[in-house]
Amino acid sequence: MNDLDPEDWLRFEQLVLPHVDAAVNFARWLLRSRADAEDVAQEALLRACRFFRGFQGGDARAWLLQIVRNTCYSWLEKNRPKELMVEFDEELHRQPVATPESIAIAVEGRERLTRALETLPPRYRELLVLRELEGCSYKEIASIASIPLGTVMSSLSRARRQLHCALVNPGCTEVMREL
Amino acid sequence: MSCDLSRSTLHGYFDGELGAVSTVEFKRHLEHCSDCVLEITAQDFVRESLRRAQLYELASDTLKKRIRAHVRSGVRTAASPQRLIWRWFAAAAALLFVALLVWRVLPGLRDDDEYQAELAAGIVDAHVRSLQPSHLTNIDSADQRTVKEWFDGKVDFALPIRDLTNAGFSLLGGRLDIVQGRTVAVLAYARLGHVVNVFMWPTREREASARVGARLGYEWVAWQKGKMEFCAVSDAPPAELEQLHRLFSE
Repeated sequence: MNDLDPEDWLRFEQLVLPHVDAAVNFARWLLRSRADAEDVAQEALLRACRFFRGFQGGDARAWLLQIVRNTCYSWLEKNRPKELMVEFDEELHRQPVATPESIAIAVEGRERLTRALETLPPRYRELLVLRELEGCSYKEIASIASIPLGTVMSSLSRARRQLHCALVNPGCTEVMREL
Repeated sequence: MSCDLSRSTLHGYFDGELGAVSTVEFKRHLEHCSDCVLEITAQDFVRESLRRAQLYELASDTLKKRIRAHVRSGVRTAASPQRLIWRWFAAAAALLFVALLVWRVLPGLRDDDEYQAELAAGIVDAHVRSLQPSHLTNIDSADQRTVKEWFDGKVDFALPIRDLTNAGFSLLGGRLDIVQGRTVAVLAYARLGHVVNVFMWPTREREASARVGARLGYEWVAWQKGKMEFCAVSDAPPAELEQLHRLFSE
């Protein structure tokens, strides 16, 4: 199947396998399903193994997460194409303003946070997961999500605004989903 | 949220991704923009609650094992895990060998160099000492048999005295000296106004090619022959010492 030399395999084991957790976590939030995430993460790891000769060195986690992301989007296209068609509408989400007080109440509870995150379109959700859960730098986010470095900041700002919106007013993104 | 900066610069600041100059500028902005202060406070709430909620999902051990097994099955069959272990074993053995070599041989080489350096120092010192008045010889004689007889009973080795007069080295005599705590026999020769001291003592070392060096303006050449170690020192040109070495080795 893949053609790893024993030396490559050792390098793969040292550089890539430590990031299996990151792969599963990223896939879980992109797919909103733990079970699917494990399958897709496994497929991504096998792909990574096949492409490993092309890995030029550098940030192995970012390299792997890029593959995980592509695998996830292929999976979504095949299994839940509707999800990818949802795009964020700036105008619709200009309001409501999230005050610290409303946020403080809204963020209580794991369930509520999970639900809010899951209502975001994948292209915003992934930015928040990479930044807040995975602790990626803007540079890493740019390379994983295949967006220009210059737009990471503004994209994150939009993603966060949408998360606030979803937290404070759970119905806010539901409207979007139906479009 | 009326402030334009809060739409994106604020997030760069919040994430610590602004450059030094922009950071200073934004901090200054925060001093009089309550919108941005509120927004940052709200961002902090969200970040903190995301952290507290522990949303990060780790891979199960089963999956990790499965991935490992899958990936491993793709490794070229020529290298089974056992072979891999052997290869690593071989690599480790090679490494150990090199380490041993470095440990055993290099200090030996260094010791040898150190030994040579100390010996040369001791011999040159003895040479300089011998140049002081009435220090050059214990027995003054140009006759090699007389000199040889003088050494009998004083050293426990046969002295290889050569008559080198025809080669331009005239024997001045012999003496006993002490170099590095060892009693050595010394033959003194004169060569065109230069004094040449030839130190000699028994050794267990095998014959080795000559080593040469210089110290304090004196040249020395050392060699081994017939279980004897020799070292000739002089302020004569190196070529003349080399000639003496050849004559002694014949």
